[in-house]
Amino acid sequence: MKKQSLVLVVIAAIVVIAGIFFITNQNIQKDVSDDQKKIGFIYIGPPGDHGWTYMHDVGRQYLEKELGDSVSTTYIENVPENADAVRSIRKLAESGHDLIFTTSFNYMDQTLEVASEFPDVKFEHATGFKRADNVSTYSARFYEGRTVIGHIAGKMTKTNTIGYIVSFPIPEVIRGINAFYLAASKVNPDVKIKIIWVYSWYDPGKEADAANTLINQGADIIVQHTDSYAPCQAAEKAGVLAFGQASNQEAFCPNAHMTAIEDIWGPYYAAKAQAVVDGTWSSEDTWQGFKDGMVEMSPYNEKLLSSDLIAEAKAIEEGIENGTIHSFEGPIYNQAGELVVKEGEVADDGMLASMMFYVQGIDGEVPQ
Amino acid sequence: MSIELIIGILNIVLISTTPLVFAGIGELVTEKSGVLNLGLEGLMLVGAVTGFITLVLTGNYFYSLFLSIISGVILSGIFAFLVLNLMTNQIATGLALTIFGIGLSAMLGKKFAGTPIDGLNPYYFIVISFLLVFLVGYFLSKTKSGLIVRAVGENHNSAYALGYNVIKTRYLTIIFGGVMSSLAGYYISICYAPMWQEGMTAGRGWIALALVVFATWKPWRLLVGAYIFGGVAIMQMNLQAIGVKLPGQFFNMMPYIATLIVLVFISSNKVRLKLSAPSCLNIPYEKNS
Repeated sequence: MKKQSLVLVVIAAIVVIAGIFFITNQNIQKDVSDDQKKIGFIYIGPPGDHGWTYMHDVGRQYLEKELGDSVSTTYIENVPENADAVRSIRKLAESGHDLIFTTSFNYMDQTLEVASEFPDVKFEHATGFKRADNVSTYSARFYEGRTVIGHIAGKMTKTNTIGYIVSFPIPEVIRGINAFYLAASKVNPDVKIKIIWVYSWYDPGKEADAANTLINQGADIIVQHTDSYAPCQAAEKAGVLAFGQASNQEAFCPNAHMTAIEDIWGPYYAAKAQAVVDGTWSSEDTWQGFKDGMVEMSPYNEKLLSSDLIAEAKAIEEGIENGTIHSFEGPIYNQAGELVVKEGEVADDGMLASMMFYVQGIDGEVPQ
Repeated sequence: MSIELIIGILNIVLISTTPLVFAGIGELVTEKSGVLNLGLEGLMLVGAVTGFITLVLTGNYFYSLFLSIISGVILSGIFAFLVLNLMTNQIATGLALTIFGIGLSAMLGKKFAGTPIDGLNPYYFIVISFLLVFLVGYFLSKTKSGLIVRAVGENHNSAYALGYNVIKTRYLTIIFGGVMSSLAGYYISICYAPMWQEGMTAGRGWIALALVVFATWKPWRLLVGAYIFGGVAIMQMNLQAIGVKLPGQFFNMMPYIATLIVLVFISSNKVRLKLSAPSCLNIPYEKNS
């Protein structure tokens, strides 16, 4: 009796496994047509984070819609920023992908490592600065958005204390803090920012703790450079104001969300995929902001902001777009009081790309 | 520091530590009966997503809590069947449960990620967590059933010889642990950070597991350990926000340094450590042996 049932179980297992293989094989066959280009994406979080990864996924879907049948896309989500990333990137490269987007700063060395093994595959690394013949880098000038929200925060704060939740000490994040502070202190010289590093891009619990800690210490505006909408929610609950991050998060905190800096990746992804289809892809560095539509502001919350302030914010957007305003206009001093950008000049891209110091007026030190 | 500031800090510590207490106290009871369940993280995530989905669909907190608990009963029931009846390796099965839970919760929650909900007041759960620690402490040391659980964990063959049902006892403790983990998950997705996002428990299941060893299987020490862990994490955030000039690595290290110090302190007394660790932990029980 026992033997019989064992045999039955084994047969059933074989049938199920064979069935799975049959179905997946069919899918693979369906996907591979001769001239179709395969585009892969490596995500640091889940596409459902409604923040950073979500916007990359929106970009991926835009790409698919624009290019239609000439491409197919794949993504791997929740890829940690360590040696595991090499495995995931290599998996995409090995499975015949023609173009691979790695969408987080700390995939930098891993992307280059795999790229050197697969010279025929094109790679695009987001927010990094190391390139190779088959590795491009691209990033958005998020700091332009930080200038806008800095202006709003400087005008809106009543306690003159702004809480700023950040992930890792990398140039992109530091640049954001500086741009924000420069704009806020310009309209409100008394403004102080309190910074908490949570050392994670994505941990809703920890992000909420950080927001509550900052609010407890007197912050009445919460700014974040992490990926979940937990800080905005915490602000809503505590009755203070906040800015969304990476995507429009107003639905989660309607009474706190003043605006958000949105990342618009779709057109860039579509253009680069098209270049691969046409065979015109080349390694380059792309860094675009308001002007090219890679960064946008979410609709300003009219319940919270006066129409004058909204007009001012829009004027800053426009100014940055047509070049009359720059987020880093001299004179800018570092914390030691040294002049880093002279009066009448603006910080060049080289300085911005490697910015690892706080400007004068920010308390605390950049973690090393 | 003003009084309001201190009360505020304590408040945040209470809110952020409670899931560790829930998951830890459940695992403590499971381990006391001699079973090591490494599946806490998976159980928490499934509990979190089940509660969240039910709340979105029905808008009823009671149903969502109920189904979240049921998810814990089912998943830990499967775990119990595998390790008790089929006598699979507890460590491998527990890890499988975690991986399964991560995948299952991500799949179930895909459509619901980013749906706004109204969170539940965390204070009910905070009060319950303290009561639970007290009740579990009382149960394990002062009641007959509690002593049976410990007997089963210390020596399952003797417990069997005395006429106790080892398998049944372990089923019950595993399911208790599973339900507690689900509650921890439910608390995270409904009270702590009211949302569902994949992997949102962010490793708290593993911290809870470490806390059980840290507490040398004593409920009140688990409570203390959990609050040391939670308190240090929140303290370092406060120091950062105040602008204390310490290197970033130091902030990162603090919870682990605290763990190390307590572990060294606890393990300095080897007899005590040996006395409180269940001897039959992670040893499969064969009824006919």
